[in-house]
Amino acid sequence: MQEEQTSSGGSQELLTFTLGGEEYGIDILKVQEIRGYDAVTAIANTPGFIKGVINLRGIIVPIVDMRIKFHLGKVEYDQFTVVIILNVAKRVVGMVVDGVSDVITLTPEQIRPAPEFGSAIDTQYVMGLGTVDERMLILVDIEKLMSSQDMQLVEAALA
Amino acid sequence: MTIDMSQFYQVFFDETAEHLASMESLLVGMDINDPNLDDLNAIFRAAHSIKGGSGTFGFTDMTEVTHVLENLLDRLRKEELVLRDEMVDAFLQAGDILKLQLEAHQNGGEVDHQLVEDVCARLKLLAGGETAVVEKTAEPATTQNTGHIYTITYTPDADTSSRPERLDALYAELGNLGRLEMVDGEAPVKCMRLSTTAGENEIKEIFSFIAAPEQFTVSPEGADALTGNDDSYGFFSDEPATVAVTDDTDAGYGFFTDVTPPDKDEDDGYGFFAPVEEIRSQVENQQGYGFFEEIKAPGPADISKPASSPVKSTPTGPIKATPASGGDSSIRVSIEKVDQLINLVGELVITQAMLAQTASEVDPVIYEKLLNGMGQLERNTRDLQESVMSIRMMPISFVFSRFPRVVRELAGKLNKQVELKTVGEGTELDKGLIEKLADPLTHLVRNSLDHGIERPEQRIAGGKNAKGTITLSAAHQGGNIVIEVGDDGAGLNRDKILSKATEKGIPVADNIPDQDVWQLIFAPGFSTADVVTDVSGRGVGMDVVKRNIHEMGGRIDISSALGVGTRMTIRLPLTLAILDGMSIGVGQEVYILPLAFIVESLQPAQGDIKTVAGEGRVVHVRGEYLPLIALHEIFNITPKVSEPENGILVLLEAEGKKIALFVDELLGQHQVVIKSMESNYRRVPGVSGATIMGDGKVALILDIGALVHIAQS
Repeated sequence: MQEEQTSSGGSQELLTFTLGGEEYGIDILKVQEIRGYDAVTAIANTPGFIKGVINLRGIIVPIVDMRIKFHLGKVEYDQFTVVIILNVAKRVVGMVVDGVSDVITLTPEQIRPAPEFGSAIDTQYVMGLGTVDERMLILVDIEKLMSSQDMQLVEAALA
Repeated sequence: MTIDMSQFYQVFFDETAEHLASMESLLVGMDINDPNLDDLNAIFRAAHSIKGGSGTFGFTDMTEVTHVLENLLDRLRKEELVLRDEMVDAFLQAGDILKLQLEAHQNGGEVDHQLVEDVCARLKLLAGGETAVVEKTAEPATTQNTGHIYTITYTPDADTSSRPERLDALYAELGNLGRLEMVDGEAPVKCMRLSTTAGENEIKEIFSFIAAPEQFTVSPEGADALTGNDDSYGFFSDEPATVAVTDDTDAGYGFFTDVTPPDKDEDDGYGFFAPVEEIRSQVENQQGYGFFEEIKAPGPADISKPASSPVKSTPTGPIKATPASGGDSSIRVSIEKVDQLINLVGELVITQAMLAQTASEVDPVIYEKLLNGMGQLERNTRDLQESVMSIRMMPISFVFSRFPRVVRELAGKLNKQVELKTVGEGTELDKGLIEKLADPLTHLVRNSLDHGIERPEQRIAGGKNAKGTITLSAAHQGGNIVIEVGDDGAGLNRDKILSKATEKGIPVADNIPDQDVWQLIFAPGFSTADVVTDVSGRGVGMDVVKRNIHEMGGRIDISSALGVGTRMTIRLPLTLAILDGMSIGVGQEVYILPLAFIVESLQPAQGDIKTVAGEGRVVHVRGEYLPLIALHEIFNITPKVSEPENGILVLLEAEGKKIALFVDELLGQHQVVIKSMESNYRRVPGVSGATIMGDGKVALILDIGALVHIAQS
């Protein structure tokens, strides 16, 4: 765990996860919990990356597989598969990633604007690139991404 | 002392809404010819409580309206006036105004001032007796500068009574002295009220011309005009207190206003925080303030508060507690909390089912105690679930109670005589359903009244009672609630509907059964009414009614006989939260079919399956050909069985259409808790919701209506 000056103004706490070879960071406040992947009920006629819904202590939560969505990493489901349960746009959504790395704090100086070129995730959802030692983090506006039309998680009218 | 009163606003809003509702129901139920004094008292108390509350919270506009309302009510319950039909109408109108005002305060907004004034004027007119002058609300108390008010009663002798011009002359004379208000000009004992600067003797002189001294009384009214009237709230500023006995009341209040705030702990909770002048209003509220009804009658209040004795000595007497409102104790809980509780209990039930499943695998001999405990847990959770679900249940009287008024007003407007009968008001159903039911039911009742019930002369010509009957009934039937709106009117006219259908271009078969003909009236834009009235007949509505009922998971049927009447039957699930379902398996997936839509299930013989045009498959079931839909094809699942004769066909009926759904197997019947897919995801075509099965997995609930549509396309 990186211990940065958490109290300083403007710094951001992020949860980092990996997709394929890339490392991503999302606002930790959007994360509700992290859990393993288990029985998902498939929903017919949905895109492949929407795995279905699970019962999360009584609420029905859709699960999206980011690896399928962004064609990154190997799509396997085993006891190491991790689901990040997000709380975005007043919804609870689970997303499958390759692995969760750690929680880090970034100061504004460590964040650079994202250049205009293609990452798997459309640059409009990328808030910037963070640098931690030698690692580069792609900072994703997860709320915007999850409520976007791309993800097909919300009703078209609402998006 | 400034305390934020806003925290109590919601309580006031809730209570006032309740008071208004109870007022309305009492008013509508009132027998004009023989009004029940208890009911009048109850209405008065409700009005009084609203007045007190609105005064406390500074909603002076409501205080004004309730004040005039109360004046009239007060005179009615003291039997100084006779209840008349137009009074009830005026009361209802005033109730509406109060509702509007309440809403305006709640949501911010304005109430048309003209409306308010109109109602106040009307009430005052009624309260003052027939000849009273219409006053405006805004007009300050007329008594302030006129010195004295005299209450005069006069019993004319037979001679004078037979010559009204004499009375008129007398009134004119009195009118010259000051302002004369007739309190009751019709009764044999004339009662009037004169505000004048002249002395008592001058009045007596006028009377002495036509009457013997024993025929009349003149008595000055209490200190009212001189002292009490500058009360900032104007509660009693122009109370038309007329008979001598009311003097006591006023004197009592007058006494009170001068007293420094009395022991506050006798007041309700607000008293602690109320500014001094507001306490005044509460003090006088004690006469009928809702909170105190029961404490009031005998006992502690008297002892700890001798000062209140003048109030108690008023002829109105102690107010009896209403058994209806005072008897049952209840608490207000927000619906979110209840829903949360229901959710948690739902979880508990699921957890219990999971445990039970696991426990069923252990050796019953070794784990006897565990299994006993499991059995008990199951019973307890089921009981718990039932009682928690019952929190959301409300008697259907919440909807029914609005109809007496609707019928009364509409019947008046249409010049029809209609009696409304309600049966089974105590039948309970989910609060959510009750709210959604109000609109469709209103529509059906209006429809029955407008199109069903004939005019009295037509009814008599048809050999029926001139008074039509509309019956509203509710009953439980299995897992459903059945609500019927019936009338003994003209019934539906088959030919008329059919010709209308042809006109609208709706294809109909020649020998179409009645049942299907009646369903035609649910088509959008369908109206057989000859005249479009402002009540109904525009052809919008029945389709909306049907849609609303469908959205609630219910269905509506019509039975009708020409000249005998029509009956609309609505079937609804008891609650929105729980569903009786059949679980079916297709491939690896489990789905739930709502039991209400299932007609039967069968295993077809190979010969029963036919194809149409080489593609669509139909199944032959007892003379009917039903479209066959394979669930695995719609949902793109790999099934365990691909031939219908090896699987199961479930016959489903929705929206009047039948289909046969081909599934792999039937798994079992469950009561499932419906969970929304939309709260975290979005609507899924063909799926109406989801539920959690005993093993903790999610199963989707199929939307039969959508499946039928798929079958049609």
